[in-house]
Amino acid sequence: MSEALNMGRAEVLDKMAEHPAIKAMLAWKPKALVDAKFDRGELTLTIAAAEIRAAAETVQAAGYNAFEDVTAVDWFPASPRFQLSYHIVSHQYKERIRLRAMVDGEAPAVESITAVWPAANFYEREVFDLFGIIFDGHPNLRRIMMPDDWQGHPLRKDYPVEGYR
Amino acid sequence: MTETVGTPILEAPAPKGAHDQHMVLNMGPQHPSMHGVLRLVVEIDGEIVVRLYPEIGYLHTGIEKTCEAKFYQQVVPLTDRIDYLSPMANNLCYCLAVEKLLGLEIPAKAQWLRVLLAELTRLNSHLIWLGTHAMDIGALTVFLYTFREREEILRIFEGLAGQRMMTSYFRIGGLSMEPPLDFFARVQEFIRSFPEKIDEYANLLTGNPIFRNRLKGVGILTAADAVALGVTGPNMRGSGVDFDLRRDMPYSGYEKFQFKVPTATEGDCWARYVIRLQEMRESVGIIQQALDGMPEGRITADAPKIVLPDREKMKTQMEALIHHFKIVTEGFAVPAGEVYQGIESPRGQMGYYVVSDGTAKPYRVHMRNPSFTTLQALETMCKGRMLADVVAVVGSIDIVLGEIDR
Repeated sequence: MSEALNMGRAEVLDKMAEHPAIKAMLAWKPKALVDAKFDRGELTLTIAAAEIRAAAETVQAAGYNAFEDVTAVDWFPASPRFQLSYHIVSHQYKERIRLRAMVDGEAPAVESITAVWPAANFYEREVFDLFGIIFDGHPNLRRIMMPDDWQGHPLRKDYPVEGYR
Repeated sequence: MTETVGTPILEAPAPKGAHDQHMVLNMGPQHPSMHGVLRLVVEIDGEIVVRLYPEIGYLHTGIEKTCEAKFYQQVVPLTDRIDYLSPMANNLCYCLAVEKLLGLEIPAKAQWLRVLLAELTRLNSHLIWLGTHAMDIGALTVFLYTFREREEILRIFEGLAGQRMMTSYFRIGGLSMEPPLDFFARVQEFIRSFPEKIDEYANLLTGNPIFRNRLKGVGILTAADAVALGVTGPNMRGSGVDFDLRRDMPYSGYEKFQFKVPTATEGDCWARYVIRLQEMRESVGIIQQALDGMPEGRITADAPKIVLPDREKMKTQMEALIHHFKIVTEGFAVPAGEVYQGIESPRGQMGYYVVSDGTAKPYRVHMRNPSFTTLQALETMCKGRMLADVVAVVGSIDIVLGEIDR
């Protein structure tokens, strides 16, 4: 897409203004686009967490039709603690973008995107199970990997790797 | 057997009392047709499937968590164990992701060998799928035939890596060692005879009236549903969506190879069967091109701080010995950042999401596995069909529980 390996928000918005996803985001709500980054050939758009569902609808309408993956990263003890990464592929542009949302560590919750892509169903359950992030509006938010009566969320950084709790 | 079916995966629970006439049936986790420990809770009206949802997690071993406690190079053997039927695909995807983080340039020979091995792995995986799928339908003979060919692939892997299944042959920055002297001749001999073997399978199955009737028109998935539910790979192409990462977003030098991407529009089990057979033929073509055009040169990148030195050099050169010691004891630091690498595994789009905080251990490794998503579409494919069709559909979507549960 671009020659430069590393670009921050201002540069991305300047040089990649014609990029379909960025164009759609700016046409929809420039304020929701908190940050943008182009690093190692991958475009990352940071979205305000409250707007993630609407942002998903926007990029879907812009031609990014296939949801691939959502997962979280725990930046404990930093604040905001959780980073959600959504990977979306466009069959038309043959390209992938990443939507990123930062979620607070206290009672983390974000709106579910299952209404936009039903494919997110299992992935959001997985993030809920392993990180304890609540997805509002998810049709069936239950544990998926761990037993239903399990205590704690194993992929959090304050959960020990070894030894029984 | 439970009294009421649990909440289905894709819609709100129906009101109580509506299911009084229905029976709830557990298929699995121990069931010969479930390809591992998959448990399906099926609600049936007579023999018609009304609702169905998969219960998974029986094989969950927390591989993603384990990765966070290992050095980058120590994660490679873990990736084998995710999908034990296509270990090389997982190796490749993880190595490409870390190499992207590092900005490593991989020599042409390593890239071509990787393509060759990825395609051999595809053959291996498709052979198991074909054998077990046909066995589910009742055609037992094919299983013996496909395992005969798979055995030869495993022997080639054994000669290459010293291991039949958990090969761990890929390394960050290249491959672990030079292939043995007879490797290329063996692969050549294998793919010379293999197209006839595919004809043999097709002879046994394509004209078989029982096999045809069990698959045609069963488990239909429309193109729109396939994309919405995240189904990828041969299952998606069987529904008429023409997208293959090898062709459309090439990696590891795939752009230099000529191959067709088979698609079909029916979206039923038969279409998926036909497509996988064609994919095997295309893979043979790719392997032939890789053999014919195999470049000369190194099989590892020129990065002494990341790639282990040759054994000989390590014993004779002080510098190499220090590098060896440092890599083994301290690992190597990877610049901070996040990458997502997608590849076309035998089962669909596989992706590794690796986050680095600048240390020698990955901060987060996440695997996007095609089987996990495909499972969400199972209810759509089975609803309104007979219970016996569930077996055909589960066989046709080619899932591996190891990579679903991780």
